[in-house]
Amino acid sequence: MAEAAIRPAGLDRARVLQWMQTYGVYAGVAVLLVVNVAVTPHFLSAENFRTQAVQVAPVIIVALGMALAIGTEGIDLSVGAVMALAASVTALYLGYGLVPALLTVAVFAAVVGLANGALVAWVGVQPIVATLALMVGGRGIALVLLPQLKDLHNPALASLGSGDVLGIPYLIVIAAALALLVAFVIRRTTFGRQLLAIGDNRAAAKLAGLPVRRVLMLVYVACALLAAVAGVLATARLQASDPTSLGNLMELSAITAVVVGGTPLSGGRVNIAGTVAGAVLIQLLTATLIKHDLPPSWTQIAQAIVIVLAVYAARGRGKR
Amino acid sequence: MTATRTETEEAVARTEKELLDAADPVGSSRSERLSALVQQHGALAVLVIVSAVASLSFDSFATGDNLSNMATSSAFLAVVALGMTFVIITGGIDLSVGSLFALGGVLAAWGSQYGTLVALLLPMAVCGLIGVVNGLLIARSRLAPFIVTLAAMLGARGLMLSLTDEGADTYLVAKGSFLAELGQGTTLGLGNPVWITLVLFVAGAVVLRRSRFGQHVYAVGGNEDAAALMGAPVARTKIIVYTLSGVLAGLAGALNAAWLASGVTILGNGMELEAISAVVIGGTLLTGGLGYVSGSLVGVLLLKVIQNVINQIGSLDSSYQQVVSGAFLAVVVIAQTWLGRRRQLL
Repeated sequence: MAEAAIRPAGLDRARVLQWMQTYGVYAGVAVLLVVNVAVTPHFLSAENFRTQAVQVAPVIIVALGMALAIGTEGIDLSVGAVMALAASVTALYLGYGLVPALLTVAVFAAVVGLANGALVAWVGVQPIVATLALMVGGRGIALVLLPQLKDLHNPALASLGSGDVLGIPYLIVIAAALALLVAFVIRRTTFGRQLLAIGDNRAAAKLAGLPVRRVLMLVYVACALLAAVAGVLATARLQASDPTSLGNLMELSAITAVVVGGTPLSGGRVNIAGTVAGAVLIQLLTATLIKHDLPPSWTQIAQAIVIVLAVYAARGRGKR
Repeated sequence: MTATRTETEEAVARTEKELLDAADPVGSSRSERLSALVQQHGALAVLVIVSAVASLSFDSFATGDNLSNMATSSAFLAVVALGMTFVIITGGIDLSVGSLFALGGVLAAWGSQYGTLVALLLPMAVCGLIGVVNGLLIARSRLAPFIVTLAAMLGARGLMLSLTDEGADTYLVAKGSFLAELGQGTTLGLGNPVWITLVLFVAGAVVLRRSRFGQHVYAVGGNEDAAALMGAPVARTKIIVYTLSGVLAGLAGALNAAWLASGVTILGNGMELEAISAVVIGGTLLTGGLGYVSGSLVGVLLLKVIQNVINQIGSLDSSYQQVVSGAFLAVVVIAQTWLGRRRQLL
């Protein structure tokens, strides 16, 4: 009784957790920005902001697709492999020009997405297992197509990677445009509503006559296409195709960004703004630790703690 | 009142049946039994066929040296897959085993200067402790196993890297240590790690099939709510399986370090996928409730034989290994889902 009287009414545990889940990621970004401005030399420079933003852009794009998959109570582990595949295919077809190369990349990514989607939607395999097979196989295919790093000398690709419009790098413009597009699709289209309904309760969605299989197929195709875009942009930025290491652990970064951004793993809700902020948070965290000469291993430990905190905050929210 | 009681009684009877089904995966009807047979022994049949074809096609395949090398290199993955089998039967997953394998190897190599006992117990204790944390978060806080062990995967590798000065330090197993003898020596023509693995698998099979804990593992994976109604200690069972998985991953790392005579920091990347693949190929359902320790051993051998065959072909790039493994996993999962669906319908 006494304890209940002392505690302010607005600060019970459930509300704190709920606040943390919705706004924690923005608070985290704000705290990291303030800390960096205060203690990191040369943090407030256009050059630094540009570097950070260009590095985070591919993560954001992959995370957008991951958010769609997680919204259907699924997951896509093959995104890193698709990035590597996109890099290999870009290198192989760049000789025919940038546009034909990009179209070929899109075809490859769509095939991977269709395979994932077919396993999940038609065969009824759990998403984590279905995409695991392509996570293993996809990078293998990328390495068969292009066994090692290859430098690319293509002016069009180079300008895609390092060019800018009104001082804003293409990478950031593309990531922002895609984020707006995905947010629009989720909020304003029938497809978006169907996606969330399927994630909320697949059986009910099916009973209600929603095209469950078609929506799931499209979600995994979209996820693969977004990963392919990220792969091409990362390749353009590096000016080299690197199927061995491009996209390694990207599935983890993307899942972390989505979860930290307040999208529950149990599906039915997708927070795109939070996902973008989640990616930024991880990027800032890594940059902060590196700028202060803390070893990379600390980054991994910090990321692990952030994941557990985010999931703990999201615990019990949404459906069981 | 009476109606409620009957409903409760029915529910209990139903859960009892589910528990029994979970503990005894072999169903009654004939086609149900056939599906179960394919599920349980399909991988073994494929292993026999692939090995037969390989030994006919390549003179260098069925030689004593090659087989014994394959057995030893399978042993480490097999120990990891043993723990993973328990986890997957409870319906969970453990993505941290690759990192724990690397961490275990480094700890064993470092600990070998203080004696073999330290070299073996230290990695098992540290990795087991991380497993306990995994289990506590999953069982008590009800967080998704996938995410918790993902965090542990990052955290454990981070810990290993900070212990080794970002991977720059390599710890060598102390000269003349019994640990090196344990890893590199042979008994009756087979490497010691192979014997240790076999003993562990027999023990694992007995625990899973014959002990009360084993029944709980199946029950939790079959239907968690039913298991709780029946009085099975759900949380404790989960904590124990993740601890077991951690301990075994650490031990596998220690044995591997003994074999290599050093703790190699870059090892274990992607090992969680290999272990999960082996367990799934061996007939354990990722949805939980059904699985075989022996199947996981067959799954590991199959992966290693495929790897060996691709190496034997020589002209094929080793990248094909990943393509074949991925395709194989996809085929097995489709077959499993199909068989599982048939059994549900019957």
